[in-house]
Amino acid sequence: MSEHGIEVTVNGHRHAARVEARTSLGEFLREGLGYTGTHLGCEHGVCGACTVMVDGAAVRSCLMLAVQVDGAQITTIEGLAEADGTLHPVQQALRDNFGLQCGFCTPGIAISLACVMQEEAGAGEGARENALVRAMSGHICRCTGYQGIRRAIRQLSGHQPAADEAEAVA
Amino acid sequence: MKPAPFDYVRPASVAEACRILAEAGGGATVIAGGQTLVPLLNLRMSQPFVVVDINGIDGLRGISRVEGGTRIGAGTRQADALADDTLARHLPVVVAALGHVGHYQTRTRGTVGGSIALGEPAAEMPAAAVALGALIEIASVRGTRQVPAREFYVGPYMTVLEPDELVTGILYPDWPEGHFMLFREVARRPGDFALVGLVGALAVERGAVSRAGIAWFGMGPTPIAANQAEDALVGTALAGIDVERVARLAVADAAPFDDHHASAEYRRTVGLRIFARTLRETLDIRSAA
Repeated sequence: MSEHGIEVTVNGHRHAARVEARTSLGEFLREGLGYTGTHLGCEHGVCGACTVMVDGAAVRSCLMLAVQVDGAQITTIEGLAEADGTLHPVQQALRDNFGLQCGFCTPGIAISLACVMQEEAGAGEGARENALVRAMSGHICRCTGYQGIRRAIRQLSGHQPAADEAEAVA
Repeated sequence: MKPAPFDYVRPASVAEACRILAEAGGGATVIAGGQTLVPLLNLRMSQPFVVVDINGIDGLRGISRVEGGTRIGAGTRQADALADDTLARHLPVVVAALGHVGHYQTRTRGTVGGSIALGEPAAEMPAAAVALGALIEIASVRGTRQVPAREFYVGPYMTVLEPDELVTGILYPDWPEGHFMLFREVARRPGDFALVGLVGALAVERGAVSRAGIAWFGMGPTPIAANQAEDALVGTALAGIDVERVARLAVADAAPFDDHHASAEYRRTVGLRIFARTLRETLDIRSAA
C-alpha cells in the first residue's frame, strides 16, 4: 500500500498533499481538499455526477486515482462561476430553464457541458447542440426527465425560445 | 475508500513497465485509462498488489503511418483517436466505431489499447481489429511479438496476453483507397455495450468484391469474424450478391448467448436484419427480398 506526494491546482489554488494509492480523485477532492461540490454517486463510472475538468477534459473523478493528477489543473463546480459570482453560461442556462431539481447530478452535468462549450466554441449552433446533447448520454438525472436540461442546451446553442419549447414545458 | 490497498508505480518506459510486470509474477495490473479497471477495483472484483500506470510512457501515445498501414499507440486516448485526421482518412470505420465507445466523459481517459487488451466481447474496438485484420503488438521482458487480432481473443475478457505482457500498439493494414465501411450497432442507450454490433470493410474492384473483413460484437464470447460471409462475398460481382444468404452465413458464424439484456434468438434475429440492411445500404444493392 503505497503513499504518494502530489501537487495539484484546483480552481486556481495550489494544493500539496499525500495520498494513498487507492484514493480516487473524487474522494480526494471531497475529503482531502473539501471541494464537496463534486458529488460521488455510483463510484463505478455510470452516473456522471462526479465529473470534473482535468487539464480541460471532462473526466469521471471516481475513475481516476488522486495520484494520477499530480501536476494537473482541475476545475470543479466551485470554480465554474466568475470570482464576482457571475454564473458560467452553463450554470445560468440550467438555472433559467429549471435544468435541475435536487441538484445531485448537476455539478457533473455543468462541468461536461462547460467542456463541450469550450471545445465547440467555433462550431455552428447545430453542431454545438448535437455535441452538448451527446455529452448528456454520460449523465443520469432522476428528477428532471431531462426536459429542462434539454431546454438549457437549446439556450446554450443560441436558439431563441420558440413555440415548440413552450410545448415541451406543457 | 473502496478498493483494497495496492502499491502504485508509474514507469517511464516500456522496458521498465515490462520489468515490473515480470517481477510481480501475475500480481500486477496495468492501468491505462482506468475506465474499466477502476470500477473493478472499486467493486473489489480486482485486487492487484501493484497497479502499473503506463500513462507516463510518452512513446505509447500517438497515431502514425507505417509501412503498409496505420499504427495506433496503445496509450492513445479514445477521444484523441476520434479526432485524428490520419485515422479518419485511412481507417474511417475505426473512427465510426470509436464514437460508440463509452461516453464523452470516459473517452477522455479510456485508451484504444486498453479496450483492445480488455477483450470485452460486446465492445467495438476488439471487433474492429478482428474485422480489419489488425495485428496486436505486444512487449515483455522476453522481447516483442505481434499477434493477429483474429487469434488474440480466446473468451470473454480472455486473450492470449500473458500476465507479464503489455500491449504497446495496434497495427491496422491499409485497405484500398475508397473502400466501403460497414458499421451498425444496436444498444439500449448511447454508450451502452452493444446487444448486437457489426463492423467491417469491403473493397470493390471492377464491380466485384475484392476483399472483405467483417466481425460481430455482442454475438458471442469474443469478437467473431464472419468468415463464411467474407468468403461468400470475395470474388462476387455486386449485382450477383445474395444479401439474405450472406447475412445467414454471417449469423451462422456467430455464437450468441442468452443474458439479462437479450436472448440468443433475439440477437440472431437482429443480427440477420442489421447485416442485410448494412450490406445493402453500403453497396447500394437493390434486392428483391
